[in-house]
Amino acid sequence: MASENDLTGRAGVEEMPIIGPGHTFATVSDKLTAVVLLDRIRKSWVLGLAISFAFVMLFLMSVTVLFLKGTGIWGLNVPVMWGFAIVNFVWWIGIGHAGTLISAILLLLRQEWRTSINRFAEAMTLFAVACAGMFPILHLGRPWVFYWLMPYPNTMALWPQFRSPLVFDVFAVSTYATVSLLFWYVGLLPDLANLRDRAKNKFAQLIYGAMSMGWRGSARHWARYQTSYLLLAGLATPLVVSVHTIVSYDFAVSVVPGWHTTVFPPYFVAGAIFSGFAMVLTLAIPLRAVYNLKDFITDRHLDNMAKVMLATGLIVAYGYLMEDFIAWYGENEYEFFMMLGPGRPFGPYWAYYWSLIACNIVIPQLLWFRFARRNVYVLWVISIVVNVGMWLERFVIVITSTSQDFVPANWQEYTPTFWDWSLYLGTIGVFFCLLFLFIRVLPAIAISEMQELAYEVDHRKSLGNDGHGTSDSSHA
Amino acid sequence: MDETHPELYGYIAEFKSPSELVGAATKAREAGYRRMEAHSPFPVEGLAEAIGFRKNRIPAIVFTAGLLGGLGGFTMQYFASVIDYPLNIGGKPLNSWPAFIPVTFECTILAAAFAAVFGMLFLNGLPMPYHPVFGVEKFVRASHDRFFLFIRWDDEQFHEQETRTFLEGFEPESLSEVRQ
Repeated sequence: MASENDLTGRAGVEEMPIIGPGHTFATVSDKLTAVVLLDRIRKSWVLGLAISFAFVMLFLMSVTVLFLKGTGIWGLNVPVMWGFAIVNFVWWIGIGHAGTLISAILLLLRQEWRTSINRFAEAMTLFAVACAGMFPILHLGRPWVFYWLMPYPNTMALWPQFRSPLVFDVFAVSTYATVSLLFWYVGLLPDLANLRDRAKNKFAQLIYGAMSMGWRGSARHWARYQTSYLLLAGLATPLVVSVHTIVSYDFAVSVVPGWHTTVFPPYFVAGAIFSGFAMVLTLAIPLRAVYNLKDFITDRHLDNMAKVMLATGLIVAYGYLMEDFIAWYGENEYEFFMMLGPGRPFGPYWAYYWSLIACNIVIPQLLWFRFARRNVYVLWVISIVVNVGMWLERFVIVITSTSQDFVPANWQEYTPTFWDWSLYLGTIGVFFCLLFLFIRVLPAIAISEMQELAYEVDHRKSLGNDGHGTSDSSHA
Repeated sequence: MDETHPELYGYIAEFKSPSELVGAATKAREAGYRRMEAHSPFPVEGLAEAIGFRKNRIPAIVFTAGLLGGLGGFTMQYFASVIDYPLNIGGKPLNSWPAFIPVTFECTILAAAFAAVFGMLFLNGLPMPYHPVFGVEKFVRASHDRFFLFIRWDDEQFHEQETRTFLEGFEPESLSEVRQ
């Protein structure tokens, strides 16, 4: 994206290859299958899994109590009827979007550096969407009849309201989850075949064998596979934009001050990518350290992701600015109250609002400096800050606009309860638990794609190209 | 499967690099072999063309499915809102098509994506848990670091001795018989 824009970037490229030196397609396969097949079970992995599993238990307990007692256990009140469930829904789904961006959009843009991070970014998407999808369903008063949201012939002779963004959301999120799963699985097929052939353990051979569907790397199969994969990327690209656009419709189509703005769709999409890249960095930095994958997830990858984060962060900042500008320029007293008065910046939620500005706009500006992009500790902290900031953004949007609506007599402040927090932390546990299991049983880096890349990089070198210009990104 | 070749299913030659495999496949095709297959751990540029793969029907399948998905999605909403359960809200049109676009779009994508994946699997004949090439001991490296050219017994040019000599001419790493 931003990597070929200046001469210093070019020089940076030369220092930082997209794959460590000395790797051929054989060593790539050896090293990446070994993570799954040969690696001993590490203490850090067990500890991580145990902690996240404890949070899964917390999640299950929260859901059980919710089912027994209903949504009254949350901090919801009459004007603030959306609360944490929608905040967390939007936050999780946004995190998922970076996975699709990396795997689909960067594939179409021929950004080769995506190859080593796409697989686990896709896994992240899948798990984040799973967490996201639970919230609207749990938020239903009667979650067991959630399937009423789908159109199907029923004895009540009813249909969903197709003119409602909430129904668009059902279609968008379920399509997104399905397409993400298909894309991820198709990408895995050749790698599963590789694991099947490398596995020594009978049980592993059987499982990987069944999952790889008898893939044998035939040239005809590869040809169809590549077309299919490229088309899936082409389909996922508008899909990911549509999903967060539709999520923003949930707000923008209403007439609530602070929600009813046309800038919502683009800045929601940018915000989603912003938070998603932050989450990829949060996960990739420890992953590559623990599993010694620095040859594949190089400093160049971190640098590029930091740049994408900076760029999307600026789009988000522009979105905030435009909201405020229109609130002032539009001279609507309710909008003005919300955006520039006691609604958000100077009212009961001022601390959330200004923390959000600090986390999403001020602190990410550090990414302009190379030291911040190169220093993994600084970068990791910034990525956490952005995750927090994007959560605060959704909190501010959902809570402030509903808690102080048009009639002051309706106003109520919102205070999350223990069960709000426990469900939220519980889904974080679910997310990490799935990720820990994923990196242990499936290749977290796409092996066949990395082999292809290693071969191409090697091939280019032997052809006498100086390589660094073209290996970065073709302008096709 | 066949009376004349009850045992031998073909010959498979192992190569060390993608370029050797492409070279061998091109020559085999020039020599008149048609029923052959090349195997590689990652997609190799020009290999499918070298063994004579021309008709890739995936794009047409995906396009058709997307079209049907979109039409189906819109029709469903039209049927629900205009025919089956019309609601008159302030005299607004029943067929409020702009509001139907998001769901139509999602249905298009969903159908096209399903077609892309299942079309690919179907045309590739997958899932296929067993194939004679899996019987070849060396073939485990086809998903790892070796490249294979496989000529099937039912090719018109196939001859037990001549094909063997032909493949040996490429000086492969190994040459194995594929048995049923």
